Amino acid sequence: MSRRLLFILPLLTLALMAGFFAWSLMAGRDPASIGSVLVGRPAPRLDLRPLRDGDKPITDALLRTGKPVLVNFFASWCTPCLAEHPLFTRLAQREGATIIGVAWKNKPEDARAWLQKLGDPFLYAGIDFDGKAGLDWGLSGVPETYAIDGNGIVRLHFRGPITERNLTEQIIPFLKGAK
Amino acid sequence: MIAVGRAIALLLALLLASPALAVEPTEVLKDPTLEARARGIGQALRCVVCQNQSIDDSSAEVARDMRRAVRERLVAGDSDPQVFDYMVARYGDYVLLKPPFKAGTWLLWLGAPLILLIAASAIMLTALRRRATAPLPPLSDEERERLKSLLGR
Repeated sequence: MSRRLLFILPLLTLALMAGFFAWSLMAGRDPASIGSVLVGRPAPRLDLRPLRDGDKPITDALLRTGKPVLVNFFASWCTPCLAEHPLFTRLAQREGATIIGVAWKNKPEDARAWLQKLGDPFLYAGIDFDGKAGLDWGLSGVPETYAIDGNGIVRLHFRGPITERNLTEQIIPFLKGAK
Repeated sequence: MIAVGRAIALLLALLLASPALAVEPTEVLKDPTLEARARGIGQALRCVVCQNQSIDDSSAEVARDMRRAVRERLVAGDSDPQVFDYMVARYGDYVLLKPPFKAGTWLLWLGAPLILLIAASAIMLTALRRRATAPLPPLSDEERERLKSLLGR
């Protein structure tokens, strides 16, 4: 009896491993994903020089107005930023979203030229030339987008360009739901 | 002979060589003790865009920012654990090359020793049981004859 059990053991181990691998493949688990510790916590400090002439400085107060806000870190040298840009234009125009753009490690004149060429979806825009604000926000690169509710709590965090799907399934419902 | 000498020289040189760090001269702190602490921390923090490199080994933009932040915190008087906390607050446990021991990671830490323990005890148990239970085969007629003759009966 116990001998027979012993022979099942390797098979059982194999089944266990196969189960784990199948789960890893199917459950959309990504061990390389950094995740975000910010979600559910108050948004980090925001204190930036304005990107555009005549703008007021970008401060924390913009994140606690009672209305949801999107914060998008971008750079003119970043190709994925180019890819997601039309989606922000749409969010600003059709959904009336308040979007704060932060030019990360970008020369202000380059970022301004980029926005001039592609259209400027940002109600507010600031410069994070040395990447200090990016570090406070747990940024790993550009683009990254944060959705912050009216109380200044981070609700969504996208690393990499946002997609059509992110927009329809997460961002727009968030904007409509967050009061 | 010369070739062997060269090979030995090369090997010795390789022994002396240390892995190149991405820490740039302009980043290095003037205070050598603070800089040594910054190196210690930098070796244990994971560059968030390069999977398995420490921030000291990586020349990624973010790694450079993190090295600078580590040094700023140290100069501001933070202790080493405070600097680690500062990074974990922003990037999560992901940023630590050595994951902390907690509910989600106990299997990672204890899995290998646990399996070793189970295997060792299984082997010991079977060995003990074999010794205790294996009955001796009875002597054959031939052996019995030989035994008789040896005993001189």
